[in-house]
This record gives sequence, C-alpha cells and structure tokens, in this order.
Amino acid sequence: MKRATLWLLAALALVALVILGVAWGSVSLSPRVVAAAALGHGDAQTIAIVRTLRMPRVVLAALVGAGLGMAGAALQGSLRNALAEPYLLGVSGGAAIGAVVAVTVGITSAALLPLCAFAGAALAILTAIVVARAMGGRADPRVLLMAGVIIGAFANAAIMVVLADAPPNTVRGALWWMMGSVSGADWRQVMWLAVYTAVAGGALAWMGREIDILALGEEPAAALGVNVDRAGRRVYIVSSLLAAATVAAAGLVGFVGLVVPHLVRAAGVRRHRPLLAGAALVGAALVVLADLVARVARPPAELPLGAVTAIVGVPFFLAQLRRLT
Amino acid sequence: MIRFEHLVVRYPRAPHPAVDDVTFEAARGRVTAVVGPNGSGKSTLVRTLLRMLRPERGTIRIDDAPLATLDRRAFARRVSVVTQRESLVFTLSAREYVALGRYPHEGTWRAAAADDDAAIARAIELAGVGPLAGRATSELSGGEWQRVRIARALAQGGDALVLDEPTTFLDIAHEMAMFELFARLARDGMAVLLVSHQLNLVARFADTMVLLHRGRVAAAGAPGEVMRASILEPVYDWPLVITRDPAVGPPALVPLRGQTR
Repeated sequence: MKRATLWLLAALALVALVILGVAWGSVSLSPRVVAAAALGHGDAQTIAIVRTLRMPRVVLAALVGAGLGMAGAALQGSLRNALAEPYLLGVSGGAAIGAVVAVTVGITSAALLPLCAFAGAALAILTAIVVARAMGGRADPRVLLMAGVIIGAFANAAIMVVLADAPPNTVRGALWWMMGSVSGADWRQVMWLAVYTAVAGGALAWMGREIDILALGEEPAAALGVNVDRAGRRVYIVSSLLAAATVAAAGLVGFVGLVVPHLVRAAGVRRHRPLLAGAALVGAALVVLADLVARVARPPAELPLGAVTAIVGVPFFLAQLRRLT
Repeated sequence: MIRFEHLVVRYPRAPHPAVDDVTFEAARGRVTAVVGPNGSGKSTLVRTLLRMLRPERGTIRIDDAPLATLDRRAFARRVSVVTQRESLVFTLSAREYVALGRYPHEGTWRAAAADDDAAIARAIELAGVGPLAGRATSELSGGEWQRVRIARALAQGGDALVLDEPTTFLDIAHEMAMFELFARLARDGMAVLLVSHQLNLVARFADTMVLLHRGRVAAAGAPGEVMRASILEPVYDWPLVITRDPAVGPPALVPLRGQTR
C-alpha cells in the first residue's frame, strides 16, 4: 500500500473508533443520534450520556494513547533501545507511589490524586537523571535506562510496603488505579491532558530530527553536530513528563508505549517526525478500541484498561512481528 | 585545516594522559594518516575532535578557529567524521541514512532543498553505493555498510574527512577502492585524516604519517621517513623489517616471527 493510503486508513480508523466508542455501550445509540446529541439536540438523557459521560471518556482515551505512543517512540529512538518504553524508566513506579501514598493518607479527590501521581513521576524522573549523572554523567543511554529500571523496582517495593497493612478498600483502590482506567473522565481532565499532549508532543516533534540523529549512537550523533548529553536528556525529560501526565489522568495503561512505535515502524515509517505522528494516531486508536472493549466485553463489569490494551495489542503485534525483525 | 596543538587529553582518574602533547596538522589536499599500536591514543584524538572528551591542555583548531568557539553543527558542516563503530538499532534505507548527513545543514523545520538532494546524490556516487541506496541498512554486508557510512560523511559536504579505521572489515578490493577514494578526495582539495592500522596501505596512499606511541608523537613526516624499522620496532614492540614493495615502490613493513628476535 502507498504511504498516503496508510495514513488515511489510520486516521479513518481513529475517527470510526471514536464514533463507535461514543455510540456503543450499555445504552447503544445510532451515529445520527450521537451527532445530534453532541450538538445539543435530542432528549436530555441522551445528551448527558453523549456529552458528559462518553465523549470525555473517549477523548481522554485517545489522548492517553497518543501521549504514550509518542513518548514511547521518542524514548526508543533516543535511547537506542527497542524495549524502551515510558514505564520502564521509573515513570510508572514513581506515579504509582504518588497515587498510592495519596490514597493511603486519605486523598481520594479526583483533582488531587492525579497531581500526586504526577508529582511522584516527576520525582522519579528527576532521581533517574541525578543517579545517571552521578554514575558518570555520560551520554550512555544504558546508564539512564538502568537508573530508571532501578527506581521503578524500588518504587514497586515501596508500594508493597505501603499496601502491606492498608485497609482492603485502599488496596482495591490502589490496585484499580494501577490497572488503568478512563472511566471517571471529565472535560476538565481532558482539557489538561490535551494541553499537555499538544505542548509535549509539539516539543518532541520539534526535536524529531535530533532524535533521528541520536538514534545513530553516541559517536555518530556527535559527529553530526548534536550535543548528545543535552539532547538525550531533553528528550528523556519531555517524553517522561508526557507519560507521567497520561498516568496521572488514567493510571497505568501498559503496552501502548512499547508496541505502538513498532507497529508504525513496521509500516515503513522511519524518521522520527512522521513516526511520532503515526504513533500518536495509532496509540489513540488502540486505547479508544481497548476502552470500548473494556466497557462492552462483560457488562455491567468493566475490565481494567491496562489489561485490555495488552490483550488487544498483542494480536496486532504478533501479526507484525515478522516484519519487525 | 585541522590542527592539533600541544594537545593533552586525560581520561578521568587515569594516571597518564591518553594523548600527550600532540601537535600536527591535517592539511587540505593531503591524506594525513595517524598510525600507532592499540591504545596509543589514536581514537582519543577523534573523540576529542568530536568534543566527547575535553582536552586538559592545548587546542584543536579548524582553520585557525579554536574548536571550542565553533558551534557543533557548524563544525559538522566543515568536518565529517566516520567513527570506528556504528550499528543501527532501527533500520533505515541506505539512502535515508545517507540523507541524515545533511542534518547539520537543516533548520528545525525546513524541508530538504535542491542542494541537499544534490549533495546526497553526489555522495552516493562518490562512495559508489548507488546500487545499495534502496536497500535496508540491516541487510548490508560489513563492507557495504562501511561504504554507506562514508557516503553519509561525504553528504555532510565539509572540507575535511576524518575516518577512524575505515577499512577494518573490508576485503582487499573494497579496501583498495576506499584508499583510492581517499586519495582522490584529497587530490580534489579535501583534508583527509585517516586513523589506520594498515601501515602498508597508508605508506602507499598517505602524504603524511603521524606515528603515535603512548599518547605522544613518536615520528611524523612523509611515509619514507616514518616507515623505518628503527622507528617502528620499539613502538610496536615486535621484530620487523622494512622492504621496498617491488611492484609499487613505497616502503612496506613485514613483521617477523616473534622467536626470531
């Protein structure tokens, strides 16, 4: 298939999934009714379902997927590691600590919990950079990866300690959060993440050519005029903060940051600017689809989004595996 | 073009400098070869040139401008460096890879212009990698990959080409073709600075040889002045004789068996 056709197909798939995501659920609506309700026509209940329940949820899912896809693409390129993903670098652990600590001290407000998660993630990112610097301050991405992995492991251990004697409700709340969910989405949350994704995604696109060069390795990148230390750190900070924002909004949604960039690469996109755009598109579509599956697979229960992204993503990934190697 | 002046480089916590008071110039129109045993400081010179190491003393000048005053991209526009090792984690097409050589000329958003395309086409032709352009980098043989990397460096379009052991993985034909290319580039006015273990080829193709030993310049000059058993034997710590290659003329080194000493 031509490159342009693929882009068009991906965009159409995202649009179709967004419409489907808003239309399908415990109350199923026809696309025409959805469109009318979105514009404020129809009965009050339908308008409420579309406008305040489903639309923010679907848009939030799309933003989470776009953010994780871009963060994964940027990190894999700049760290030169096909296994790199935002959660590997301490972001998820840090955010989880922030959230779990918040829950155990009794903060459950929808406004404060994401802030605590974000603060935890930011702290983890900062620690990883400080540790990497102390370990030699060199541009070697392996040092940064190692620091992130170690901090993640430490965070997981700390979470277990905190949860060991916590009341069952707290444990359940923390666990549910760690499995990821966009069920509580509201427009304010969507606005925040939209601004965040746009700014961070724009910054990554701005650095896109630099990431192309970083992906060549330390010495070749230096030979092409890139300040490897500084550029690598910049990409790391921006993409980790972007991932942290998605975690703050929706908890831990695994698999997306790892796999989506590979899917886009398998389609023949190699330079990082188009790769970032493609990862945003495919990531958004994947998470919207996963959230739809999470809602409608076993009603009235909702499956954890983080598990569904993996279940939905694995077949895509396996189908592409041969083209990746 | 590239002048090393009393350069001293020391790795952190190392007792002795890896490069110790090295002075020489790689001039335009010449092939300058840096030779020496493993660990003599050859690659340290290249890494210092790339500003991955900071000199303890001394300077490197690019046409009189101290390296530290040059913007990194401006440096990359004037000096192309092919480092010793490079492997891609994510595959590109060979042409995409060569095109990355234009990075120092690109703005943040500017699309590739006609002069970029011309430079890429010229580099591909010079390095003789036209038939490889559509191939994926992961499918190239070691020699093909090396030529594609040199094409990338040529696409940078500078006046100087620095190569760190460029022919290590090449067979005789490809190695010879490479050296012919370096000589031709120098003839066309480029400064070619070559780090190499291939003493005999260097003696044939280089205009100047710089022999490093434990970070210091043990000898420098025309191949005939450096390729002497009395100079090379103590540096390489191995018995050897210098003969004159009967077919082509320049001095050639023949290492002897160890026990004959």
